[in-house]
Amino acid sequence: MTHGTAAKGQTAIRVAQVHKSFGRKHVLRDITLTVESGEIFGLLGPSGSGKTTLVKLIAGLDDATSGEVEVAGVRMPSLGMLSKIGYMAQSDALYTELTAKENLAFFASLYGLSGVQRAKRMAEVMELVNLSDAMNGVVSAYSGGMKRRLSLAIALLHQPGILILDEPTVGIDPVLRKAVWDELKRMSEAGTTILVTTHVMDEAEKCHRLGLIRNGVVMAVGTPEQLKQDTGAGSVEEAFLVYGGGEQ
Amino acid sequence: MRLGALILRIVRQFWHDKRTLGLMFIAPLLVLWLVSLVFNGNAYHPHVGTVQLPAQWTAQLSRAGADVSTYDTAAAAESALKSHELDAYVAWSSGTLQVRLEGSDPSINKSVLLLLQQALSTHAAPVGGVPTSVITYLYGSADMSTFDGVGPVLIGVFAFFFVFLIAGIAFLRERTSGTLERLMATPLRRWEMVLGYVIGFGIFTTLQSAVLTAFAVYGLGLMMNGQLVLLLLVTLLLSMTALTLGTLLSSFANSEFQMMQFIPLVIVPQIFLSGLFNMDNMAVWLRWLGKMMPLSYAADALRDVMIRGRGLTDIYPDLLMLLAFSLVFMVANTISLRKYRRV
Ligand SMILES: Nc1ncnc2c1ncn2[C@@H]1O[C@H](COP(=O)(O)OP(=O)(O)O)[C@@H](O)[C@H]1O
Ligand SMILES: [Mg+2]
Repeated sequence: MTHGTAAKGQTAIRVAQVHKSFGRKHVLRDITLTVESGEIFGLLGPSGSGKTTLVKLIAGLDDATSGEVEVAGVRMPSLGMLSKIGYMAQSDALYTELTAKENLAFFASLYGLSGVQRAKRMAEVMELVNLSDAMNGVVSAYSGGMKRRLSLAIALLHQPGILILDEPTVGIDPVLRKAVWDELKRMSEAGTTILVTTHVMDEAEKCHRLGLIRNGVVMAVGTPEQLKQDTGAGSVEEAFLVYGGGEQ
Repeated sequence: MRLGALILRIVRQFWHDKRTLGLMFIAPLLVLWLVSLVFNGNAYHPHVGTVQLPAQWTAQLSRAGADVSTYDTAAAAESALKSHELDAYVAWSSGTLQVRLEGSDPSINKSVLLLLQQALSTHAAPVGGVPTSVITYLYGSADMSTFDGVGPVLIGVFAFFFVFLIAGIAFLRERTSGTLERLMATPLRRWEMVLGYVIGFGIFTTLQSAVLTAFAVYGLGLMMNGQLVLLLLVTLLLSMTALTLGTLLSSFANSEFQMMQFIPLVIVPQIFLSGLFNMDNMAVWLRWLGKMMPLSYAADALRDVMIRGRGLTDIYPDLLMLLAFSLVFMVANTISLRKYRRV
């Protein structure tokens, strides 16, 4: 069903020796990590650690100062890859004077969806994020959580093989948050690769693998179980503190 | 497909934002109408005082259009001058004619002196009277008003100003709200982004140009000796340069307030150097600066069409320049979007 997916076990995202600096400020240092096809990879780190900067490089929205970023074997930024990636920015990028439906229709058309198929996908993604009733509402009248969900719905519209979600569940209530994670899990089982950033520890436990990032450095990569075992910690949160403490 | 989606979205945004729509269509008409009232005020009748002037001359002054009051002493006239009741007074003493002006407004000074010359020249005329003269006009006419002269330029100024601001701010908001970055994560090409804005906004600027020119010609009765369709074409091409320049410059502004700061930098110099004032006496470098401004080409073409009644064969160099400006701005904008996505 989803296109642009490769078989499980293949590399979907490859980041090699990436540095990024803004002027004199080094934001990412020597980042190397891979995300396998069909996995949910979580980037966990405090605010300001460089998560957004890293996912923007992967989405092709910025250039690394040095190093390489590849998505599905293609060097980013690449126009051809953009239609295979679904991106949800940290801040909601919505046209607030338009209705949700108009926003969806616009983005769907940019991805080449039209006619019956477009209408069908719009209804499906709104159902997913539980906003079907607010389809014709003007976005400026949406609550923060509703805007977040609409942003997520837009990222899902074209059934991308690779999903990049920057703090997708901020401002979403616990019940819906669980529903969103259930859906992410379902999509990953169907073959979608998901890269998600978060600073919420209990969400981290739901990822297949985690990258712990702090001050622009990836301190450790592994499954939540591995990370806990290696540090002898009882939770991802404790594990994070152990790695972070060592780095300081 | 992507281009069409962008155009449709811009039209929908406009539709939801009735106030901006109003600003774009009503504001230029309102301002143009106000300016027409200012320029079309009745002819000024200078207030002139006389001190001991022969009655025959006083009568001549009145006939020439002055609002005359007589004074017994120069001191009385002087105090009337000070209290702003008079623009000037004329005194006759010991064989010389003395004229004293209030002097603070050059245009009033000029009209007083002109009037005195007319009124008193008959007195000094050679025997046999003034030779009769026949006055004809190559363009324009004797009853052409000041507003007829500046109106064409003002159409350009207002079309440019409002489109520049509205398009600039719309593009700016696309950047500050993060939607531009979001769009760069979609397959939308950078040139499609720029062209989409030109076409989407172009629909409204076309309508605006039509409304504005029709209002100027039929509503305000501005002198119109050429073809209306040419007037529309010039206005439209000018709006396009305003649209493309506004969207380009918006990438150098970080807020609506900073966008407003372009008004004194971009709009005001264009108004002064576009031919609203005679350029011939200006310094050479200023005239060159004027040549770098889209508005000066539009103003030239608008005057040619409206006052001189010229056709496409005469104004096409101006039109080509306007088109060239738009193209350069569009290409520059496409390149500047590389900031958001290299490809
Ligand atoms: N365009 C930029 N210019 C300068 N500094 C930036 C820029 N973008 C991000 N930064 C800095 O990079 C660091 C990491 O930011 P970010 O990637 O947004 O972190 P996170 O998403 O983990 O909160 C922060 O210190 C931030 O101030
Ligand atoms: Mg962030």
